[in-house]
Amino acid sequence: MTEVPISWYLTLSAILFALGVAGFLFRRSIITVFMSIELMLNAVNLSFITFSYQFKQVNGHLFAFFVMVVAAAEAAVGLAIILNIFKNRATLNIDEIDSMKN
Amino acid sequence: MQLWLIPLLPLAGFAINGLFGRRFSKGLVNVFAIGSVVLSFAWVLKTIAGLGDLNTAYVEHYFTWIQSGPFTINWDFAVDRLTAVMLLVVTGIGSLIHIYSIGYMAHEHGPHHGGYYRFFAYLNLFMFFMLTLVLAANFLVLFVGWEGVGLCSYLLIGFYFDKKFATDAGNKAFIVNRIGDFGFSLAMFYIVKTFASLDFSTVFAKAAGAPESTLTLIGLLLMVGAAGKSAQIPLYVWLPDAMAGPTPVSALIHAATMVTAGVYMTARSFPIYTHAPVAMEVIAVIGIATAFFAATIGITQNDIKKVFAYSTVSQLGYMFVGVGVGAFSAGIYHLVTHAFFKALLFLGAGSVIHSLSGEQDLRNMGGLRSKIPWTFWTMVCAWVAISGIPPFAGFFSKDAILLAAYHYAPWIYWLGTLTAGITAFYVSRAMFLAFFGSYRGHEHHIHESPAVMMVPLTILGLLSLVGGYLFKIPVFLGSLFPALEESEDFTLMAISVAAGLLGILIAYMMYVAKPGMADSLAASLKGLYTLVYNKYFVDEIYGAAVVSPVVNGSRAVLWKGVDVEVIDGAANGIASRAQDVGSVLRRLQSGNIRSYAAWVLFGSVMVIVALGMAGGFR
Repeated sequence: MTEVPISWYLTLSAILFALGVAGFLFRRSIITVFMSIELMLNAVNLSFITFSYQFKQVNGHLFAFFVMVVAAAEAAVGLAIILNIFKNRATLNIDEIDSMKN
Repeated sequence: MQLWLIPLLPLAGFAINGLFGRRFSKGLVNVFAIGSVVLSFAWVLKTIAGLGDLNTAYVEHYFTWIQSGPFTINWDFAVDRLTAVMLLVVTGIGSLIHIYSIGYMAHEHGPHHGGYYRFFAYLNLFMFFMLTLVLAANFLVLFVGWEGVGLCSYLLIGFYFDKKFATDAGNKAFIVNRIGDFGFSLAMFYIVKTFASLDFSTVFAKAAGAPESTLTLIGLLLMVGAAGKSAQIPLYVWLPDAMAGPTPVSALIHAATMVTAGVYMTARSFPIYTHAPVAMEVIAVIGIATAFFAATIGITQNDIKKVFAYSTVSQLGYMFVGVGVGAFSAGIYHLVTHAFFKALLFLGAGSVIHSLSGEQDLRNMGGLRSKIPWTFWTMVCAWVAISGIPPFAGFFSKDAILLAAYHYAPWIYWLGTLTAGITAFYVSRAMFLAFFGSYRGHEHHIHESPAVMMVPLTILGLLSLVGGYLFKIPVFLGSLFPALEESEDFTLMAISVAAGLLGILIAYMMYVAKPGMADSLAASLKGLYTLVYNKYFVDEIYGAAVVSPVVNGSRAVLWKGVDVEVIDGAANGIASRAQDVGSVLRRLQSGNIRSYAAWVLFGSVMVIVALGMAGGFR
C-alpha cells in the first residue's frame, strides 16, 4: 500500500487557505468572514500536522493544539462581539461597520 | 595693595542698588551709590600713596583666565603712573558727578518708575567697568572694561527709554562703537599672532623687535577702536546724539572719562606706536581734522548740550593730535584738564537746564547771569580754562600739544591754533547767549540749583582754574614716555593765546555789542551756514551710503531672499512634502476591513515573490 504523498496534504492545505482568504475578502457577512478565518486557521493546522508527520516531531501537534485553543477563544470573543454589533447596528454587513475610519 | 577693591566697591554699589534699590528710599540709594564711589576714590588715594614713586608698574595677579597650551591670559591689574593719573581722574571726577546727580536727579520719578535707583545703579556699573579698563594689565581685560563702559553708555543714553530719540541715540552709540570694537578685536588677534601674548609688559617689551609693517597694522587697527570710543572722524557721529542721556551722564561718560579711553589706550600702547610712525601720523591727521570740523559745527548749534558735545569731540581731537605727534604725556595732560573743565561745562549746563526746568535751547535763555550767579561764575572758570587763557587749566595742556605739534608739522600747529580760536568763540557764544543780554524764555520760576549740585561745580571750578598749574602731568609722566625735545617757544604760545582771546572778542562783538550781527552774518553766508548748521550732512551721508544699503540689502536679500525663500522654504517644503506623501498614504486607512485584508494579502504575496526572486526556496 502506498502512502498518500506529502504534497497532496500541502496542496489541500493551500487550497483551504486560499478559500479562506477568498471568503474573507469577498463575503460581506461578518459570520462568513469569521468562518473564513476559522478555515484559514485549520488550513494552517493541516500544514502543521503534515510537517510534524513528515519530520517525525511532536512540535507540530503541539502547535495544532495551541491553534485550536486560540481558535476556540477567538470564536467565543468574536461571536460575543458580533452579537453586540448586531444588537447596536442591526446589520451584519461588514462594509457598514467603519466607524473607526474617522 | 588690594587693587581689586577699587573697581569692586562700585560693583557692590551697583549690585545692592540694582537688586534692592526699588525698595530703598532715595537717601539709602545715595548712601550706597555715592558711598561706594567715594570709598573707591579714598582707596585709590591710599593705594597711590602706599605705592611710592611708581617708576615701575605694580602688578597684582588674581587668577588665570584663559589657558590654551603655552598661551595664557591672566586676570591681572597693574598700576603705573599713567594708571594712577587715570584712576584719580575717574574716581575723583566720578565722585563729584555722583554727588551732583543727587540734586540733578532729585525729581526723577513719574513715567520712569524707579528711575532714580536705576540711574545710580548704571552709573556705579559704569565706574566698575571704567576702573577695570584703567587697571587692566593686558589687552583683553582692558577690552572687558572697554565693552562694559560701552554697555553702560548705551544704557544711560537710553535712560529715558520711553522717548524714541533717546533709545535711537543709544542704539547709534552702541552700533557705531561696534565698528571701532571690531578694529580693536582684529588688533588683538594680530597682537596674539605676532607676540603670542596680550600682556602689556610682554607685548611692549617685544614691540621693538617686530617688523614695522606689522606694528603699523596693529597701530591702525587699535586706532580704529580708539576712534570709535573717543569719537573721532569718521566714527564721531554717535557722541553728539549721546546727549539724549541725563546731563551728569554727558559729563561723566561722554566728556570726562569713557570717551577718553581711546586716548588712554593709545598712550598706553605707545611702544607700538613709536615704532609705527605711519600709524602715528594717521592719528595726528585724524585728530586735527576732527578737532577742526567738530569745532566749526559747534559754532552753529543752538542746543547748549550739543555745543558742548561738539566741543568734546573737538577737544578729543586735540588729545589725538597730542598722542599722534608723540607728545603722549601732553595728550594725557589735556585729558585731565579737559576732564575738569568739560565736566564743569556739562554740569553747569545741567544746572542751567535744571533751573530753567528742562530748557536746553540757547535762544530761549539770556540774562541768566544775575538770576543764577553761582552757576555763572563756576562756568566762567570753565570758559577761561577751555579758551586757553593763561594761567588756567586748558592753557597748559593745549599749549603743550600745540608746541609738540609745531615740531612735528607746522600746519597741524596752525590748524590747531585756528581751532583754539574757534573753540574760544563757540564757548563764548554759548556763555553770552545764556548769561548775557536779556532773558528770552518763558520760565518765571528761575531758581539756583541746590547746594549738593553747587559744591561739585565749585570744586571743578577751582580745578579748572588751578588744575593745569597744580598738576604737572607731563613732569609726572616724564619717566614713562619717550622724551620730546624740550623747547619753550613764547611766540607760538602768544599766538595761540591771542587766538583764544580773539575768539572771545569776536563772540563778544557778535552777541553782546551788536546782537543782530550774528543773524545777518548767517544770512549773508547762507549756504555755508546751512552746511555747518546741518553738521555737514554727515549723518545724512552715512544714512545714504551705509545705513540704507545695509537696511535695504538686509530687507531684499537677507529677509525676502535668504530667510523667506531658503530657510522658510526649506522648512515649509519639508512639511508640505510630508503632507503630500501622507495624503496618498491616508487612502490606505479606509476603515474597510476587507481592503486591509487585501493589502495584507498583497504584502505577503510581494514578500514571497521577493524571496523567490532573491534566491528561491530551499
